[in-house]
Amino acid sequence: MSKNEMLDIMNRPERLAPGHRMCAGCGATIGVRAVLRAIHEGDHAVIANATGCLEVSSFTYPYTAWEDSYIHNAFENAGATLSGVETAYRAMKKRGKLDKDTNYKFIAFGGDGGTYDIGFQSLSGAMERGHDLVYVCYDNGAYMNTGIQRSSATPMYADTTTTPAGKVSNGKPQYRKDLAAIMADHNIAYVGQTTFTGNFRDIHKKAEKAIYTEGPCFLNIMTPCPRGWRYETAEIMDICKLAVETCYWPLFEVEEGKWKLSYEPKHKLPIEDFLIKQGRFKHLFKPGNEDLIVKFQEEVDRRWEDLLYKCNR
Amino acid sequence: MARRDRMSGNEAVSYAICQINPDVMPAFPITPSTEIPQMVSNYIANGQMDTEFIPVESEHSSMSAAIGAEAAGCRSLTATSSAGLALMWEELLLAASNRMPLALALVNRTLSGPININCDHSDGMGARDTGWIQIYAENNQEAYDNFIQAYPIAEDARVHLPIMICQDGFITSHAVENIELLETEDVKNFVGEYEPEEFLLNPGKPIAVGPYSVVSYAMEAKKNQEDALEASKEVILEVAKKFEAMSGRSYGLFEEYRMEDAEYAMVIIGSAAGTAKEAVDLLREQGKKVGLLKIRVFRPFPEKEIANALSGCKAVAIMDRCESYNGNCGPLGMEIPAGLYRNKVFLESVNYIYGLSGRDFTVEDAKGVFLEIEDMVVNGTEVKQHRYIGLRK
Repeated sequence: MSKNEMLDIMNRPERLAPGHRMCAGCGATIGVRAVLRAIHEGDHAVIANATGCLEVSSFTYPYTAWEDSYIHNAFENAGATLSGVETAYRAMKKRGKLDKDTNYKFIAFGGDGGTYDIGFQSLSGAMERGHDLVYVCYDNGAYMNTGIQRSSATPMYADTTTTPAGKVSNGKPQYRKDLAAIMADHNIAYVGQTTFTGNFRDIHKKAEKAIYTEGPCFLNIMTPCPRGWRYETAEIMDICKLAVETCYWPLFEVEEGKWKLSYEPKHKLPIEDFLIKQGRFKHLFKPGNEDLIVKFQEEVDRRWEDLLYKCNR
Repeated sequence: MARRDRMSGNEAVSYAICQINPDVMPAFPITPSTEIPQMVSNYIANGQMDTEFIPVESEHSSMSAAIGAEAAGCRSLTATSSAGLALMWEELLLAASNRMPLALALVNRTLSGPININCDHSDGMGARDTGWIQIYAENNQEAYDNFIQAYPIAEDARVHLPIMICQDGFITSHAVENIELLETEDVKNFVGEYEPEEFLLNPGKPIAVGPYSVVSYAMEAKKNQEDALEASKEVILEVAKKFEAMSGRSYGLFEEYRMEDAEYAMVIIGSAAGTAKEAVDLLREQGKKVGLLKIRVFRPFPEKEIANALSGCKAVAIMDRCESYNGNCGPLGMEIPAGLYRNKVFLESVNYIYGLSGRDFTVEDAKGVFLEIEDMVVNGTEVKQHRYIGLRK
């Protein structure tokens, strides 16, 4: 893909209109726009959305920011809801109620709470049944809509409102769940993990692949949240870059069971570089907490090695 | 041309589904409704219908997927019982508030605990305030007939609400009885094609479903929903008239059995009405002026019509196959006296709880109830409210 081609893609008409009520500097809308940009011109889409920031801020009656058909049902069932829509599409095509040349794509968006936790069963069911849809998790690592409560996607030691760092607490005690791996173990058509890199090429290519690969596909996008992570909104791209360069958030994809690394840092940066930018990890930098950063680094290393092994590196 | 056959309630409803051939059916197994998705799957496997069946991983997902399919522009449905209905409770509310005219075949079974697979109405009654139309059946014929009337009611532009077609678990769902079936062509003509005005898969006319609604708008949405439920009463009667013209079988909001001059009435729902009718006949032979009012449409609740039907009575036995755990009475025991009072009909009433978790309700039990309320009026004998029938001694 040449620089000009990518420029054309970035200039495609927006399918998520401006004027929604998401925070300035929010990663979720950047992720949504990047995914929707991958829908080919002339193709229609139905978007399903789990309850969360994205939903309440983009479809506040009587306004919608969505240019495509859109359905919000509840918190835990974007997978099941969209599987009903996708099945309806097949039923209507079969019964001649939709023109055979009309093309619809089905994309679900859920935050990590609605995907890793409460919507996990619904997602797993939809993937196992083989619906032709893409489930996109915008992973900002906590229940941000309700006020930064921990989820199973929250990184270890993060200070959240239900795992507050205090005199006798260092934040969330557990490691985070590896959802992309769990989705890959569903043996689905395509799994991609991505975030915002300098030229947005990685997210674009993965979104396009997910949307245009037949069968169930899953995209996991790290979408920083300035409120929950506590960083300056202008720093979002730096934070994403550090997440990738420290191997906290590796970029990879799994196609037909084959794991492929999308990017390997030349010099893996220490995890402190990623942590220090964020208020939620501030307590890790207090004197006496050095061992916590060591433990965090050990877990990042362990998972990175595991990923390299899966990718035959 | 009608055809005579022998079927269980589940077979009858499954056959109605086959004849209607809806677009999408997500379902999850639970006793005693499991047979319905099984039978539908068999019809599909043998090419007798071509509905898209989704074998979902839970009832929450069956209702979620049914809502998705309905919003997409399809006619959808599911079937469940008991805990299955309880698990989809959140989605029942969303089906109604998003104004999705989908159908649910409910095979009534008690809610846990203790876990028990047999009939009572605690599942349906637990969902009574979710915004669904609820129609109950006495037997397999009514379950079949009600299901065929379901979509014309739900999809009517004045209504646009989901509809629950209920039958008693095992007693109706599994017992085989004679039945008169309609010709498939007649059923198809009666139900017609689903032609929604706005739907997701409408190229060039995208819509958004399920908004966040702020204080300035949300209350109007709820009022509109209530108005639609109230309007459904008229539609239910219109559809029943058309159904009668086709089938010769007449339906209303409730059935009045030997109520013309009745002094002592029983109000009941579901299969136990058959048992109670037998008791009415036996007591009538003895010269007792007794009658029965069997509720068919529980939501919307035909309060005024029931009050009017009971206005000539001296006493009424209100029969609940469901506990309400409110410390006073069952659901009918709450709604009927309130309705009588609101409509200025004043008569004695006693609320009875019977048949919980499949406990038998016999002709002798029903006779005993009539004699007890007669004794209460004639001899002034005190009768305790909220009486349980058939408890172990």
